[in-house]
Amino acid sequence: MDYRISDDDGGTSGVGGVGGITGPRREDVLPASAAAAVKVVIVGGFGVGKTTMVGSVSEIRPLTTEETMTQAGVGVDDLAGVERKTETTVAMDFGRISLNERLVLYLFGTPGQERFWFLWNGLFEGALGAVVLLDTRRLEVSFDVVGRLEERGVPFVVAVNAFPGAPAYPLQELRAALDLPDAVPLIDCDARDRGSSRDTLITLVSYLQALTMTPETS
Amino acid sequence: MSGQGSGGPATPWDEGGPERLYTVSRGRAGRHDRTSVELVTLIVARTEPEPGMQPEIAAVLRMCQFPLSVAEISAYLVLPVSTVSVILAGLLKERRVEARAPVPAAVLPDTELLQAVMHGLQNL
Ligand SMILES: Nc1nc2c(ncn2[C@@H]2O[C@H](COP(=O)(O)OP(=O)(O)OP(=O)(O)O)[C@@H](O)[C@H]2O)c(=O)[nH]1
Ligand SMILES: [Mg+2]
Repeated sequence: MDYRISDDDGGTSGVGGVGGITGPRREDVLPASAAAAVKVVIVGGFGVGKTTMVGSVSEIRPLTTEETMTQAGVGVDDLAGVERKTETTVAMDFGRISLNERLVLYLFGTPGQERFWFLWNGLFEGALGAVVLLDTRRLEVSFDVVGRLEERGVPFVVAVNAFPGAPAYPLQELRAALDLPDAVPLIDCDARDRGSSRDTLITLVSYLQALTMTPETS
Repeated sequence: MSGQGSGGPATPWDEGGPERLYTVSRGRAGRHDRTSVELVTLIVARTEPEPGMQPEIAAVLRMCQFPLSVAEISAYLVLPVSTVSVILAGLLKERRVEARAPVPAAVLPDTELLQAVMHGLQNL
């Protein structure tokens, strides 16, 4: 056999590490029994803690994937408003949790202020749901995200990351500001804390379970 | 939250026959053609790399000895997902790799699936 599985920690020569192309480290390999995956998207503004949350619950070090998107549209920077094609590469961090021997959960952290995310159809399509990480210093970003998720019918919960020095609104006030329905969970979290991040995901799944029991919720 | 998961009731996602899984992932994924993949489709190599193969293709076959998502392949190859999808479509057509379709969430995910996700998270 001409392949190698590496034990090294640098990730420079994992499975498939030939010709500069690396693969997963030995400890990052899924069992052969892994049969299917599900995904959850973590959306939030710049610097709100998406990567931190992915990293705190992921069993692998967060990885980065990217997609190139072409959009025909009016150039926003263009004063003349000329129709043209814009090509953008968007990158996002993701992590992984093996739920059991057969089922794997992937978590994708995506910047909410980036309108291209919503063009990446494959991203939200088929997602179990989303966690909106709320930055109380930039509420308007989250306002936009919440609206887009509602439009797309992606179920979500809102988690407020506690940053020192950020305005501390009572949750009720935030709910009103975001115009969130009472049923949508709004919680505090610390993305740096594994338990808190896990509990945020558990809140999402409980909410999804509640939704399946009350079909007429949209 | 404490893990009560290990004692919880088994669901088709925790245990049970592969037939059920096959039905679930196959039935709803049927609208896609068989060479299309998405971000969290798991890819497993069926063949080993051969000399003279394009380096990216050989790398995919090597890194997919065990299941690996399209997103992870994209990350390790440092290639956009759409490019990786094209490579994988070719490999799927030649039956060099196998694709395990994601569990579709459809409009509302099924309760057994959510139960399995919940158990998994509670056990973290
Ligand atoms: N106090 C506090 N700091 C946090 C929390 N989450 C993240 N941080 C810090 O905030 C900074 C930004 O976190 P990231 O996880 O990189 O944020 P991000 O959303 O991925 O950022 P971009 O990808 O650049 O948009 C880091 O220095 C984190 O340590 C939190 O819950 N509380
Ligand atoms: Mg980040």
